[in-house]
Amino acid sequence: MAERNDLIPIYIMGKRYDVPSSLTIMKAMEYAGYTLIRGVGCRGGFCGACATVYRIKDDPKLYFGLACQTVVKPEMYLGQIPFFPAKRATYDIAQLQAQASTLFQIYPEVLRCLGCGTCTKACPQELNVKGYMAAAMRGDIAAVANLSFDCIMCGLCAARCPAEEPQYNIAILARRLYGRYLSPRSEHLYQRLEEIRQGAFDQTLAELKTLDLNALKERYKARPIEA
Amino acid sequence: MTYTPELLEQIKIVEATRPQRLGQTFPAMPLEERQELLKKFHPDYLESGMREVRVGSYKGNRMPVELADVVEGRPHVDPHFDLSAPDFETDVLVIGGGGAGASAALLAQENGAKVVLITKLRFGDANTMMAQGGIQAADRPEDSPATHYLDVIGGGHFTNFPDLVEALVKDAPIVIAWLESLGVMFDKTPDGVMMEEHGGGTSIKRMHSARDYTGAEIMRVLRDEVRNRPNIDVIEFCPAVELVLDDQGAVCGAILMNLETERYFYAKAKVVILATGGSGRLHYQGFPTTNHYGATGDGIVLAYRAGAELVFLDTMQYHPTGAAYPEQILGQLVTEKVRGLGAQPLNIKGEQFVYPLEPRDVEAAAFIRECKERKLGVITPSGQPAVWLDTPMIDLIHGPGTIEKALPAMVRQFKRFNIDMVRQPILVYPTLHYQNGGVKIDADCRTTVPGLLVAGETSGGVHGRNRLMGNSLLDVCVFGRRAGITAAMLAKERQPGKPTLAHLESWNRALDEIGLNGAVRSPILIPNYARKG
Repeated sequence: MAERNDLIPIYIMGKRYDVPSSLTIMKAMEYAGYTLIRGVGCRGGFCGACATVYRIKDDPKLYFGLACQTVVKPEMYLGQIPFFPAKRATYDIAQLQAQASTLFQIYPEVLRCLGCGTCTKACPQELNVKGYMAAAMRGDIAAVANLSFDCIMCGLCAARCPAEEPQYNIAILARRLYGRYLSPRSEHLYQRLEEIRQGAFDQTLAELKTLDLNALKERYKARPIEA
Repeated sequence: MTYTPELLEQIKIVEATRPQRLGQTFPAMPLEERQELLKKFHPDYLESGMREVRVGSYKGNRMPVELADVVEGRPHVDPHFDLSAPDFETDVLVIGGGGAGASAALLAQENGAKVVLITKLRFGDANTMMAQGGIQAADRPEDSPATHYLDVIGGGHFTNFPDLVEALVKDAPIVIAWLESLGVMFDKTPDGVMMEEHGGGTSIKRMHSARDYTGAEIMRVLRDEVRNRPNIDVIEFCPAVELVLDDQGAVCGAILMNLETERYFYAKAKVVILATGGSGRLHYQGFPTTNHYGATGDGIVLAYRAGAELVFLDTMQYHPTGAAYPEQILGQLVTEKVRGLGAQPLNIKGEQFVYPLEPRDVEAAAFIRECKERKLGVITPSGQPAVWLDTPMIDLIHGPGTIEKALPAMVRQFKRFNIDMVRQPILVYPTLHYQNGGVKIDADCRTTVPGLLVAGETSGGVHGRNRLMGNSLLDVCVFGRRAGITAAMLAKERQPGKPTLAHLESWNRALDEIGLNGAVRSPILIPNYARKG
């Protein structure tokens, strides 16, 4: 293989590899020869499988990112957190009520939050985790749901929390309570369900299914297009 | 990783034509012209990209070379693998932990079955998680399932299986209500009206969304619900490598592999639901992909070896708008919702050249034509052809703040590389996105093999030769649920006979007969990305 002049040193779990400077952490690990099983998922920033902690030589600060979305830097020391054993409660969403006490009963540790903000610093989505935990302590389910919506459940917040909160699991409980009980009811949806139940579309669909190709094409071309 | 000075200069051309383009949309292509464009420019029609399969019931039919190589692979296990004592038994074995698998597990459990869901990577590591733009359902008073039917079947070039399309459009509003009852947060107005947009090929706005995390929101809720249910066990990092048949030729379980210890297990089941997703990580014709790391076509391999019929595997979907710059996110999805909200695709002269919301295959072919034939694409510093997608138009049309509110994932994606899509257009090019075809199923998800059900991207027929946006999240929920219901019913009546892997012996013989000795071992499970040497 030809010599490359764009290589930089990085340290994967302490071991040095020289990798092209344009690569993401994930692709750099593969360049280094790793076949990934843990710590790899969608490779597009949506699934939270590749949560990564890193530090740059001589810099005491810890940095956080997704391996699939973060470009390598020289002298980067990195380790992945593909699994974190955060507490996750079991519940029956249909039996719950969307009120503050539900959050506190299912996750009593909510009230233990110190408000230190370490979670917010660790979030690779740059969410206001401390903010939604404060909302959780107030029992404001709607605020938790909206502030946490872009969470990818990577677990970095929980991994860093000195009060040992499972923030992302508290957040999904709040979102599910909001979605099921608090979001405004869509009357048009339930109207449509009733029509389907009564078989309002059965005949039209049955007719469409039997149309020959040309007739079907004409129907397709003739359908009005909403602006 | 911000735009280069050269690209910044070219953005000025886009900005110059923008005022004139606002409110002016390139006309839609007449139906008659679609086929001609596809034949000349769609990757499905590249002769060298396809070959005939030489063994099994699909023999003589074409599929992408890379898929055919995997389909004609050798089994992982010896046909004499010891099946005398199952490592565990269940009523329903669900193979796959995406949207279809999770939906199937829930409905099978609700209908009285004991369920084990196994998944190759983590539960929820799936294309469902990555679907951004939305899910279709005809629930507005001015819309109807019949209109949805016409859109689906026209988008699929009238090749779709009518029974499957009927199931899709009729169950769609039911699925939306079901998801909401589980706690999915759809975008709504304060008075409860669903906020619905157009997708490519829709005649009416019916795309429901959850910001641009629609699939992630659905997946994480389904996953949470599965974990809350009694009688569903989830085993992660444990793919299926083979289906087991009984002496009647019905599926009665699977051979599983612990991906970390590489130990094999025999799981016995009355019914198996295959929901392993698609195959974008086979990188047909060298295309980058939007797909999840695990999308290696495992389900096609397993079902085919067990004797299931396949359909439409000569057609893959190339999403028109994969990221073309920066290189680090090459091929990753730029949701169709961006065009749904008004962003126009443009050539290097800042001109429109296609209606922004054609069905995906037509739109993608038009992008390729603009770059390859007309030479009016933008070339990125790495030599990648691309067209502009004029994202700043969205806030101009819908008001400031719309992009950040409606497309937070997209904004974040580009901001990570110092590109501000609120103010700057982005560069896109078609990327491998979806497996249109798959295992042939009926409306209850039955295959041609007894005891084997298939749901989601592994199946074929509902989308015909081209799927429309927002019908995949719908597909996984509709047919995942149907598979779960069918499985629970079948589990009550089925008593599997003596287990056997004799089908692997005949498979190996068939490979021997065509002289295939060096074939890969398949399913391949994990893409081969590690650099050697």
